Amino acid sequence: MSDDLSDTHPDDLPEKQVLPLDAWHRAQGGRMVPFAGYEMPIQYSGEHLEHGGGIVGEHNWTRTRAGLFDVSHMGQLLISGEGAEAALEALLPIDLSTLELGMQRYSLLLNEEGGVLDDLMVSRWPNEFYLVVNGATKWDDIAHLREHLPDNVTLNHLQDRALLALQGPEAFAALDRHVEGEFPLSSLVFMKFGRFTFDGVEMMISRSGYTGEDGFEISLPAKDAEKVATILCAEPEVEPIGLGARDSLRLEAGLPLYGHDLDTGIDPVSARLLFGLAKSRRETGGWMGHATCAKMLSEGSPTKRVGLKVEGRMPAREGSLVFSGDTEVGRVTSGGFSPTLGHPIAMAYVASEYAKKDTALQIEVRKKRLEATVTPMPFVPNNYYRGE
Amino acid sequence: MSRYYTDEHEWIDVEGDTATVGITDYAQEQLGDIVFIELPEVGTMVDKGGDAAVVESVKAASDVYSPITGEVVEGNPALEEDPALVNTSPEEDGWFFKMTIGDKAELEGLMDAKAYEAFIAEL
Repeated sequence: MSDDLSDTHPDDLPEKQVLPLDAWHRAQGGRMVPFAGYEMPIQYSGEHLEHGGGIVGEHNWTRTRAGLFDVSHMGQLLISGEGAEAALEALLPIDLSTLELGMQRYSLLLNEEGGVLDDLMVSRWPNEFYLVVNGATKWDDIAHLREHLPDNVTLNHLQDRALLALQGPEAFAALDRHVEGEFPLSSLVFMKFGRFTFDGVEMMISRSGYTGEDGFEISLPAKDAEKVATILCAEPEVEPIGLGARDSLRLEAGLPLYGHDLDTGIDPVSARLLFGLAKSRRETGGWMGHATCAKMLSEGSPTKRVGLKVEGRMPAREGSLVFSGDTEVGRVTSGGFSPTLGHPIAMAYVASEYAKKDTALQIEVRKKRLEATVTPMPFVPNNYYRGE
Repeated sequence: MSRYYTDEHEWIDVEGDTATVGITDYAQEQLGDIVFIELPEVGTMVDKGGDAAVVESVKAASDVYSPITGEVVEGNPALEEDPALVNTSPEEDGWFFKMTIGDKAELEGLMDAKAYEAFIAEL
């Protein structure tokens, strides 16, 4: 997710892109802002909503109840055809032989130099692979995939589908009242996918998300998105949540945001996304960008992504420089105030010798130095459902 | 006491030779949940239209400009403990700082309440 619009290809787009829930967001009191080539709600006014509206209210609601996020700007892709598995493995550092039917895994789209083009989710469906990619990068991703996938592998961009995320400790209770599936919703554990129906609407649901909470991501026909969103938000546990709280929630969860904490100048080892590099393929390679990653893995990366706990109440924002005494050692890539913890937190890339837990650093904000401490991420513990 | 408004959404109350400065209800609504306010130190000389304070909301940092030229004589101590006061009472308890009035003529270019209301209705 990124608010950097420079990556989209305006020539490829209709004059104005409108998300399936555009009118619905406005009716809920959504404050719409340009984002990834669309207009999306940054937050909602609190007039008709129980969380009171605003980023902090929406954030806290998601951590305690259940928030409904519209993430239909993200790209939903299907990859199919003979040789699709091998073709994807040539582009992604993923071991698909261990990805069982109906399971989802985090992976990275890398360029030849090992720079991150995007981070994404890959799922194995019965006859195809289902990918979810970032909204601001989806057109570039599609171009990259089309260029490098062999002709007999088909890429299908599911532009007629919406994507909703229902996140929070009460997400299960609210969704379970409405869905029937090939197995009970309770059998859907973290990173598993299933086919369900919701009041006659066909949907693919995975237990995953971008908040650190238990929750679901729901792919459904765009034409049914308004009906499903309305029914879900009528549940006592559920309120709509905007992009602002999505950002503060993912920051607390220690999850990188593409275009900020990840870009083509950053490799997965520096980003400490080793779980995105399949162990079985780290040495053998055969995927784009392997040489850089292998070198970083054997020699260690010169910089590392770290979490920083910031003293006081003044947030350090993206772009702030990080110091150890007089020495500049890095740069903040995401930062803000943590509503859950009540103090500012940040992600930064720092020289590796300063990346150890508990290292005391300083961040320069408007000529002032803020004290900061390297802190393991997530900042707020995850609450994923991995089964009884 | 007269209250004036700027097109950057600050308000300024003038009482004798000193003035009190804050941001408008419209501004706090746009900024959202405020988590920190950096006030100018007492004794700071501020220029009309120049940086005077910084408001940090959950999402972003925003500058607050001085409506007139003068010297800062007091910051609102309540904002350190409770920056959200600017959300709940932007035009009263959530004032930012008090300052001297360097040049009364500078007030003439500012809006009154009616003009400001018309101004934000156009936004």
